[in-house]
Amino acid sequence: MSQPGTEELEQLRPYLLRYALLQLRDRDSAEDVVQETMLAALEGRARFAGKSSAKTWLTGILKHKIIDLIRRRAREQPLASDDESEADAVDAIFQRDGHWQQPPSDWGSPSRALEDKRFREAFELCARIMPQRNARVFMMREVLEMSTEEICKELDITPTNLWVILHRARLALRECIEIKWGAATA
Amino acid sequence: MLTCKDASVLLSQAQDRPLGLRLRLFLQLHLLICRGCSNFNRQLALIRAAVRRVRDDV
Repeated sequence: MSQPGTEELEQLRPYLLRYALLQLRDRDSAEDVVQETMLAALEGRARFAGKSSAKTWLTGILKHKIIDLIRRRAREQPLASDDESEADAVDAIFQRDGHWQQPPSDWGSPSRALEDKRFREAFELCARIMPQRNARVFMMREVLEMSTEEICKELDITPTNLWVILHRARLALRECIEIKWGAATA
Repeated sequence: MLTCKDASVLLSQAQDRPLGLRLRLFLQLHLLICRGCSNFNRQLALIRAAVRRVRDDV
């Protein structure tokens, strides 16, 4: 495969923006990292070996740019952990004896849920309103698909810390989806 | 016996690391008798799939 042309790179811009937006949840920052990615791609085009697709190559560059940004942000403004109110939030999900207050319901066939526009809307809305700290960690795990070791290293947190954050994030996200999606399908 | 709260912690961790044999056994026993946690487990898988769909826009 030859070097990707400018047009081919431009076609991938919407995909890159979506990817960045899901992680960063802030359009300006997302557009900035995508712009930087495009520029780096144009400058580095000669080094593109064509062993992978242009999409994989660009995604790799984008991922680095996003991690750089997260690293910078984590240094400039360490996120308030707000551990107490968050621990309360988890406690509110369970009864004192450890049973669910409101047991998760059956979401039916996964493929049908994924095809359901309302499910997707509920998911996107709920992802947008996640607390920043939870979202950053959760999206590093799920969007960037970083290993727990990598995330701990980048954010300078312990694995135990990380698992607590991911657990909270998932509990809150699934509860939100259940409510919003349920309301939309009722 | 695991509580649902314990099980939810382990099910979440299972998304991020391999659990030991003992924990897996406890979890399986809990899932056998707990519909809420079984649903939670399937929801976690679905949420993971949903993130990738939205990301890759398929």
